[in-house]
Amino acid sequence: MTSLPQNPSGVKLGLVIDLDICVGCHACAVNCKEWNTSGKLAPLTDLEPYGARPDGVWFNRIHTFEVVDEEAGTSRTVHFPRSCLHCEDAPCVTVCPTGASYKREEDGIVLINTDICIGCKLCSWACPYGAREYDEDEGVMKKCTLCIDKIYNANLPLESRAPACVSTCPAGARSFGDLGDPESDVSKLVEARGGYALMPEQGTRPVNRYLPPRPKKVGDDVAPRMLEHQDDSPDGAGLLARWVDKVLSA
Amino acid sequence: MHPAKSVIYFTTASGAGYGLLAWLGVLGAMGIIPADRTFGIAAFGSAFFFVISGLLSSTGHLGRPERAWRALSQWRSSWLSREGIAAILTFLPTGLYALAWVLLGQNTGLAGIIGLAGAGLALLTVFTTSMIYASLKTIPAWSNGWTSLGYLVMALTSGAWLGVLLLAVLGEPMPPYSLSVLAGLTVLMALIKLLYWRSLAKAPARSTAESATGLARFGTVRLIESPHSEPNYLLKEMGYRIARKHAGKLRFWGLFYAAMAPLILLGVAAGYAIPLAAIMPLAAASFAIGLVLERWLFFAEAKHVVTLYYGNSAV
Ligand code: SF4
Ligand code: SF4
Ligand code: SF4
Repeated sequence: MTSLPQNPSGVKLGLVIDLDICVGCHACAVNCKEWNTSGKLAPLTDLEPYGARPDGVWFNRIHTFEVVDEEAGTSRTVHFPRSCLHCEDAPCVTVCPTGASYKREEDGIVLINTDICIGCKLCSWACPYGAREYDEDEGVMKKCTLCIDKIYNANLPLESRAPACVSTCPAGARSFGDLGDPESDVSKLVEARGGYALMPEQGTRPVNRYLPPRPKKVGDDVAPRMLEHQDDSPDGAGLLARWVDKVLSA
Repeated sequence: MHPAKSVIYFTTASGAGYGLLAWLGVLGAMGIIPADRTFGIAAFGSAFFFVISGLLSSTGHLGRPERAWRALSQWRSSWLSREGIAAILTFLPTGLYALAWVLLGQNTGLAGIIGLAGAGLALLTVFTTSMIYASLKTIPAWSNGWTSLGYLVMALTSGAWLGVLLLAVLGEPMPPYSLSVLAGLTVLMALIKLLYWRSLAKAPARSTAESATGLARFGTVRLIESPHSEPNYLLKEMGYRIARKHAGKLRFWGLFYAAMAPLILLGVAAGYAIPLAAIMPLAAASFAIGLVLERWLFFAEAKHVVTLYYGNSAV
């Protein structure tokens, strides 16, 4: 069924990505690829992996943006991981003509049944976030599964039952949990840091949240810039320095 | 958006086929076109040829064409599914109507009612096709009222060109005002295109690099490093870019071939009493070139919001 769940359980599993912490190392994307290429929507086919124009399916991509505030004369670099946001009003699900794209009632995870997908690609057109990548080789669509085969995997120790990207992030920029439960750790984190949804104007109601970079420190408590040490007058310098200055200025 | 040949052929060819079926249904039922066998065979033959070859071409665009039948199941939510069902349903009345016309020489009365039903379903199918595009909020150039209006008027206009071409070539009598209606529709189509482009130019951006990243509070957002060095599926499918100056030229040539040239040819034919059978093939061919150019541009010019993550600043 590609209609959205009529009676969602209230559980909304998703990711919280901290843009203040992410260092843009791509480790989450690499581990995502590694786990999922033998996971539920396997394989994540690569075409010409060692050729001149390598191409392949990834569920997670890391962009780097520069944000410039012309007025304040400041700029900052923000590393920005992008994967499926498991939207509540997922347009990728409702446009699907076959029922291959669906949203799970019990936890809100958006998945694809690749056994019935016809590869019409319409779902990838409907997703504002570029979360779906087509597998040219298999002729079907692929996307982030929220590592459904890891988070519920009873064969794994409890602490490993988190998405691959979350487990692997060396900086701890990614969190996973139930964003439908206001008491969960992720919900509290979103609350405390002012987490937000991407492109709310598209009406998809994403579950995933992004935490904004913390404001830059300006004022007395920041380390002085190197150039501020430069001193053109010898006053206040030590004896030796004054002597050298005298010799050189002569 | 990547202008896929299969989809351009599908939308233009099946549009012309459904347009002609709609005209045959209405004008036949009203007794304006007699149930002439030769014309019936030629008209229904070419309408079904364009509809069927268009539908086949659209399934050729699928990654798994052998599973195409599955696309009929999700009509509750999916316009693509609704289109598939409408396309199949249309074959019933239009097929019966064609048989009545060609075998029984009947196109009014009961046959006419079936013909009218077929005409309605044919236009409904074109409408469902247009809604596949119009329902995509991610592509502002498509998700507006002009898309359905454009598809319907273009289907009716191209169907009319096809019908008049067949009448002219077969030397059949033209229904009254045929050429004026044809010219009027062609002008209307060009006008809709012009107004559509004007509204696109005026429309404010729906999403921006700032809303895509949520970083507006820190300033202007600019991509400095792409996640990958080579184009991926997203860029190949949705990152298609066409230079503004080329788009401008193509818009002009599209209108030139679709409207200006064919109308001038019709005018010349009327003025110099050149037989329609000689001028119509040329005029219709020019119209077809213009139509395909227009449809190519409809895809090539449409920007998808995912490009905001890849260097576009507003869509
Ligand atoms: S991010 Fe895209 S693919 Fe994921 S649920 Fe939302 S619309 Fe669908
Ligand atoms: S590509 Fe597959 S999953 Fe996506 S809309 Fe088409 S059939 Fe559904
Ligand atoms: S949740 Fe799993 S599939 Fe989704 S981006 Fe993270 S690692 Fe990849």
